[in-house]
Amino acid sequence: MLGLIRRLSRVGLLGINQRNADYILPRNDRAKYPMVDDKLLTKQLAERHGLSVPPLYGMVEIYRQVRDVHKLLEQHEDFVVKPAHGSQGHGIVVVTGRVGTGYRRANGSLLTPEDMGHHISNILSGIYSLGGQPDQALIEYRVQFDPVFEKITYLGVPDVRIIVLLGVPVMAMVRLPTRMSDGKANLHQGALGAGIDMATGRTLTAVWRDRIVEEHPDTGNRVSGVEIPHWGTMLDIAARTYDMTGLGYQGVDLVLDSARGPLILEINARPGLNIQIANRVGLRPRLELAERHLAQLTTVADRVAFARLHFGVDTPAPRTSTKI
Amino acid sequence: MNNRHLFVLVTALTLAGLSFFLYKVLILEVPVTPDATLMQWNVEARINFQGVGDPIKVDMFMPQSRHRYPVLDFSFISRDYGLTSGNRDGQRLAVWSIQAARGPQTLYFRCRIRDLGARYVEPGPPPTGVQPVTLEGLEFEAAQAHLARIRARSADTETLTALLLKSFNKTPLPANLAPLLGPRPTIAQKLELALNLLALARVPARVVHGVELVEQRRRAPLISWLEVWKNPGWVAFNPKTGRAGLPRTFMPWYFGPNPMVKLSGGHDLEVNISVLKIHTLAITQAGDLGQAAQVLALRFSLFSLPIDSQLVYRILLLVPVGAFLLVLLRNVVGLKTFGTFMPVLIALSFRETNLGRGLLLFILIVALGLAVRFYLERLKLLMVPRLAAVLTVVVLLMAALSILGHQLGLEAGLSVALFPMVVLTMTIERMSVLWDERGPAEALKQGVGSLLAAVIAFVAMVNSYLEHLVFTFPELLLVLLAATLLLGRYTGYRLFELPRFRALARKDA
Repeated sequence: MLGLIRRLSRVGLLGINQRNADYILPRNDRAKYPMVDDKLLTKQLAERHGLSVPPLYGMVEIYRQVRDVHKLLEQHEDFVVKPAHGSQGHGIVVVTGRVGTGYRRANGSLLTPEDMGHHISNILSGIYSLGGQPDQALIEYRVQFDPVFEKITYLGVPDVRIIVLLGVPVMAMVRLPTRMSDGKANLHQGALGAGIDMATGRTLTAVWRDRIVEEHPDTGNRVSGVEIPHWGTMLDIAARTYDMTGLGYQGVDLVLDSARGPLILEINARPGLNIQIANRVGLRPRLELAERHLAQLTTVADRVAFARLHFGVDTPAPRTSTKI
Repeated sequence: MNNRHLFVLVTALTLAGLSFFLYKVLILEVPVTPDATLMQWNVEARINFQGVGDPIKVDMFMPQSRHRYPVLDFSFISRDYGLTSGNRDGQRLAVWSIQAARGPQTLYFRCRIRDLGARYVEPGPPPTGVQPVTLEGLEFEAAQAHLARIRARSADTETLTALLLKSFNKTPLPANLAPLLGPRPTIAQKLELALNLLALARVPARVVHGVELVEQRRRAPLISWLEVWKNPGWVAFNPKTGRAGLPRTFMPWYFGPNPMVKLSGGHDLEVNISVLKIHTLAITQAGDLGQAAQVLALRFSLFSLPIDSQLVYRILLLVPVGAFLLVLLRNVVGLKTFGTFMPVLIALSFRETNLGRGLLLFILIVALGLAVRFYLERLKLLMVPRLAAVLTVVVLLMAALSILGHQLGLEAGLSVALFPMVVLTMTIERMSVLWDERGPAEALKQGVGSLLAAVIAFVAMVNSYLEHLVFTFPELLLVLLAATLLLGRYTGYRLFELPRFRALARKDA
């Protein structure tokens, strides 16, 4: 057991306590949380900063509006309904088309208009929000993901998670939905996570349910070595989100739309630690290196260049500090 | 944040808590274990006399609470006598009186006394002046002559007193003393003469009467000792030997030349003092002590509260201990539980129901509640009404279990009422949400984790030793607070997150 702790510490594994005590608590001002916890606010803020997000079709704020929502939905063939304060993908319904008056979901099942109304009521009542507070339902553009992911994803929308420390992107992974994750891109729900070479934007090995895998469990295609298009733009967006939210340690979730390019899906003020397994490397050495050079990195371009230079797989890994 | 700030705070809290704790343990001798026993004495005075049908009045000096010998409580057995209190020589008197009494009469006075040890000897109030000289004429001359002789050989107050007392015990008596003491003088006579001679020498002196606290003695003699004032305190001398210093276990009862008991209207007065050492649980004394001794730290302890409030605090003070355990379990071990402190609350109710029974009832109610909750899920209810419905069902389930248990003759069923129903309801709700979202495995895992945490918290909180420690020494919670603050900055790994990252270690090794 002690040997395991020593080895993990040598790799620079960031544990949950250290993430909270050394990064989230000191660097993320609680007053800024609403900006990322409320997806509507995030969306508005991103647009103001010139960062692309999936366009908003409309929203439902009070129960009265639930009856009229179908009028709004009529205008769109496909769309996504999500809670404004949802977490971990709960409460998100992706509609890909229509069957009569009903809606067809991404996983093939059908929703009657009553089902849809009830789902939206549930969102308003706060079932999916943190702390069960009353919530709003957002109806937005359904991302048409880039064909590059088609072979290595099952239903759902793959997204790219980038950890950003004070504006410096430090680690990234792409999360690929599987049959088990029910189209959701959350690792603990069974999605596949593949690490990304920060220098090139090429995928590395993948982790699925705490195991290292080479192929997608549903499609059987190789997951590693896939080059993610618009990688430079993604890093650029990730670096800019720090100026937008002011959160020192955040996880930025991006989707790659075939028409619109990279879009910010959401920002997480308490990003998970599984990204280390997907990349098979610890976060701590990278975080410490970035902190040491922060003073020289004044512009967004500097920060992106720094990330590409130091956090690629072919560049020697930064030395782990000896501090325990 | 600023770690140095935290360390300073933690050190301050630890020092404050520990030093107060040590002060109470080492100086005040508050027992660290709940079953430590203390020495104390039952001292009883039995007063016998004969009544002849006249009005009778008996007064007796009462021992007073003094620093070293606090009187914990006292009582009287006095049959038909009226009992009042009085005052003589600035000391308290118990006064018995009756209109008419005939034949042998017996009165009792009993008290419980504790010896806090020699450290508590008080300097005593300084004398108001020198006692009056009661000698006249020839006796006065003889006394002055004797004093002059002794004085010539003494260096200070102490040697003067010692030599005086020694001269009283010489055989044959020195020439000057014979007319003063007469043949076969009693101790009382010697003491009276000593007071007179010391008065002539302008030395304040007094007589102290008391008993020796020994293991057990039925007819303990009332010992009279001479005390002279030597700034800053009284120095006691044995009138028989002239040696200074009181016996180690001498408990002063009263001061002055008067007898301990005075009787008017009766005859054949006899006073018997008996002493018996008893052992009591030390902890029952901490409270008594606080009231008897004027030690601030003890007077302002939780023991000064009414008993029912004490019982509440006995439990309340254990909650931080449970919370600290939960910090360890969650942040160091990485155990997942429903609700942050839910296991502590469950553990509290286990204290009332006992563990096995509590676990059984808890699992039963949660399982039944979950079944109802899953049924309600199909009705697609809004959240607050759904919670209210589950709460109602939980209360009904508790009532049903109690009735069923009672009918079957199982007392266990009744104790179900002690569970906090809101906690049960929230547990059911969270468990069912988790069940839906993450599957039954995860829900059961967290359920078992919660129960495990509750059992661990229970084991700690049911420990009578621990309960005694935090109740008697609430300042220890400051140390616990310091440890909690330190854990608040713990950045090491959690035990349970290690397996998750095992793959990372393998690659590097």
